[in-house]
Amino acid sequence: MPLRIGLACVVAYLVAAVLAVVIGRWRAAPAVVYGAIVAISAAGLGSAFFALVSDDLNTRLALPLGLPLTGGALRIDALSAFFLLVVNLGGLAAGVYGIGYGRHERSPLRVLPYIPAYLAGMNFVLMADDAFTFLVAWEFMSLASWILVLADHRREENARAAYIYIVMASAGTLCLLLAFGLLAGPHGGYAFTAMREAAQPPLIAGLVFLLALVGAGSKAGLVPLHIWLPLAHPAAPSHVSALMSGVMTKVAIYGFIRIVFDLVNEPASWMSLIVIAFGGVTAVLGVLYALLQQDIKRLLAYSTVENVGIIFVGLGLAMAFRAHDMAVPAALAMTAALLHVLNHSFFKSLLFFGAGAVVHASGERDMERLGGLIRRMPHTAIVFLIGCAAISALPPLNGFVSEWMTFQAILVGPQLPHWGLKLIVPTVGALLALAAAFAAACFVKLFGTVFLGRARTAAARNAHDVDRFSLAAMYALAALCFLSGVVPGPLIDMLAPVAHALVRARMPEQSGIAWLSIVPIAASRSSYNGLIILSFLICSGVLTATVIHRFATRATRRSAIWDCGYPDPSLVTQYSGSSFVMPIRRVFGAALFDIRETVEMPPPGSAKPARFSLKVFDPAWRFAYGPGTRAIWTAAGKLNRLQFLTIRRYLMLVFAALIVLLIVVAAWR
Amino acid sequence: MAMIYDLVAQGLQMILVLAVAPFILGVTRKVKARLLRRIGPPLLQPYRDIWKLMHKEAVMAHDASWLYRGTPYLLFATTWVAAALIPTYSTGLLFSWSADLIAIVALLATGRFALALAGMDVGTAFGGIGSSREMLIASLAEPAMLLVVFTVSLVAGTTQLSAIAEHMIHGSVGLRVSLGLVLFSFIFVAIAENARIPIDNPATHLELTMVHEAMVLEYSGRHLAMIEAAAALKLTLYFSLLVCLFLPFGMATGDKSPLAFAIGLAFYLSKIMLLAVLLPIAETAVAKMRVFRYPVFLGGAFATAALAVFLLFVSQGF
Repeated sequence: MPLRIGLACVVAYLVAAVLAVVIGRWRAAPAVVYGAIVAISAAGLGSAFFALVSDDLNTRLALPLGLPLTGGALRIDALSAFFLLVVNLGGLAAGVYGIGYGRHERSPLRVLPYIPAYLAGMNFVLMADDAFTFLVAWEFMSLASWILVLADHRREENARAAYIYIVMASAGTLCLLLAFGLLAGPHGGYAFTAMREAAQPPLIAGLVFLLALVGAGSKAGLVPLHIWLPLAHPAAPSHVSALMSGVMTKVAIYGFIRIVFDLVNEPASWMSLIVIAFGGVTAVLGVLYALLQQDIKRLLAYSTVENVGIIFVGLGLAMAFRAHDMAVPAALAMTAALLHVLNHSFFKSLLFFGAGAVVHASGERDMERLGGLIRRMPHTAIVFLIGCAAISALPPLNGFVSEWMTFQAILVGPQLPHWGLKLIVPTVGALLALAAAFAAACFVKLFGTVFLGRARTAAARNAHDVDRFSLAAMYALAALCFLSGVVPGPLIDMLAPVAHALVRARMPEQSGIAWLSIVPIAASRSSYNGLIILSFLICSGVLTATVIHRFATRATRRSAIWDCGYPDPSLVTQYSGSSFVMPIRRVFGAALFDIRETVEMPPPGSAKPARFSLKVFDPAWRFAYGPGTRAIWTAAGKLNRLQFLTIRRYLMLVFAALIVLLIVVAAWR
Repeated sequence: MAMIYDLVAQGLQMILVLAVAPFILGVTRKVKARLLRRIGPPLLQPYRDIWKLMHKEAVMAHDASWLYRGTPYLLFATTWVAAALIPTYSTGLLFSWSADLIAIVALLATGRFALALAGMDVGTAFGGIGSSREMLIASLAEPAMLLVVFTVSLVAGTTQLSAIAEHMIHGSVGLRVSLGLVLFSFIFVAIAENARIPIDNPATHLELTMVHEAMVLEYSGRHLAMIEAAAALKLTLYFSLLVCLFLPFGMATGDKSPLAFAIGLAFYLSKIMLLAVLLPIAETAVAKMRVFRYPVFLGGAFATAALAVFLLFVSQGF
């Protein structure tokens, strides 16, 4: 049943896409299309949810599509049901947001048809049960999102972002193609069932793992494969950015889990070592890059890189524990990673929606030109603050729960018998703590610069809150952040079948534990209760405020800023975002980034203004891509001469090539 | 009936930390003043300060938002709840399992997050500089703190504070080099988190290197009272945490009779009083650091804690 509903959703999305092409020029088109998205994704969400809780899984369906003789195999198991839930929840939120936000789209025909197509692609990836269907759906998803990145194609940087994106996406798909080719073996068993049953030799399994890490990791944004992500995600309209960051990276993670945990028989410890190391490095570097950004949406995109890193740490730990037959910690690490997948989709969608609201209201993406929006956009400010606190892993919100569970899994790490893992696990624990502290700094900077202080420009002064639909979507997501932070127990129980399918164990049943606490392994070891913490906080805060107001004084006087007696009325002397991060940039950034600071001080007596400029470059470009790019350019320059040969020489070349090939064939025999 | 008894014991702990916190601050100030050959304020001065501030009119900037007004209460609530969840005179109180060591550290981070935002609310240069430095210190201190948590929980096999304390009292812990090392690094972190010398100077205003005081510069009246109370609570919290992790002897563990509680209370109070005397002695011996020396100080804490973790691995054998 869920499979049929899922398939119906994909078809309905495609119909909506075609419909959008037909009616795209109508004034009511956005409302119709986004309304359709809301309806379809609600259906998909509902069916995925019921499939997961009622265990109505593992139905199969063969479609008469695709290659002759094979057709397309579809299946929904616990893993795909969970990710279908994430995708359709993101689609639902983006649809509701889009009903309001999409009205302001300048060229709706460049956006409207592709969002349903994009959602159809992501849904289809999750249902695919053979390599061919998977790859077709994967490419469909990539291409649809590529078109959405190009929605505002007149901006030079968007064209560049889209170009880099398509190159990286193709390279990633190529890796996945090779991985599936290796898994299919010489007999070409492209169905996932066949791959699962075939026993791969360790060498093949290792190669498949590396290819999957590169292929899915490039889509998810693992450092150093992340370079396209902070360019492409912000280029799209904000609700599409939310889908790309909050949802598509999760589809990539699904691809990784599917191949590494499901199709490859036994993950080895060295594989988990690589995943944990990449995850930790990605988390810290991602958030450090995010700290240094000035563009709101690019900051959020880099923070996605960080969260992907946290998820990969969880996955790597699950692989490590599974490789050493420690099923219960493996289930904990896996559940932590999956819960973070869900939580990140909540708060990252929320934050991108909020950023979209700010950009729409003020026309500015540069946070140094905003400020004081908490007074102009009170609703957006509240929900954005909740999103910021959730992503900074602060209790009692949801980001903390999944990070806490990851830490609990890390604390079991020393019991691993493998030397390398024993040493890397505490290191990664410290890296994650560093990432959490940076994330808090990063989101204090973001919220403080954009929403607090005084408005730095007229655009910020005249901003206004957004429409009801956008606000409804944001409030709903904020409520989800709260709920899943305060009572995470049911979510953890919901993930039990997924964890069981992947690591053959589950976390302890949470629903029976008193007071709605969560217990990762055993109650004597650790437990956390968001509900009690929240009620304690509310009680003590409200109690204190009431007592003071009632028995001391509630007199308040408004006056000018004090600022130690020297307030500067100028708006530009406020602390800006880049001055906020200056200490962290000095301490941590100098070694890790290309930072070029130039100060121009005019000589005494000159009336010219002093200038300061700061440029931060992502070192991944220089180290990971620079050599390759240079080699290609050099080779292209050298080979360029071949373009200007005479006909005789061309004939000679053809003849020589023929001879060489014949010799090769002869030698091969 | 047993439930009510447990609730009373938990409530007593909440009131205890709140009641004792300003006094501890008063002791540190008095000792410091005596060491500097001043008479110093009376021991009860912090209570009087808070009382006075609470009854004063709060002056706020024209464009201060709701965040600015709400933050003092949130900060106070997070610090108070965190302090109340650390075992002081007894382990295994009614709600002690609702947050473990990691959650308590994260609760403090919530308060810091709110306060750093409030520092940026009215758009002053001082508020911004304070927030910015506070977040730098946090990003240096948190990894070190996590490694401390890591070591302690490896030794005790749990992150639950009550269970750690019981393990330290009853278990065969003995003298461990790694515990000594993390004690060292815990003290460094605690100094940084409480804005004490050499990281920050709680006694000054108008010093260019101030951090915490810069962040709360605009606050006055009842809001400032809340922030001062939260600062006092935080100091007590770190003292209790130190006592609970490293010197838990005397705490009531199995026996939940009033007598055991009284003995535990006496031990707890004398231990934190001792710490309140030791802290200013250490403070008067060093000078305030420049901001860009913080990484050396806290990096030292991190390195020590990392060394402790690896030592623990080696000593546990393979």
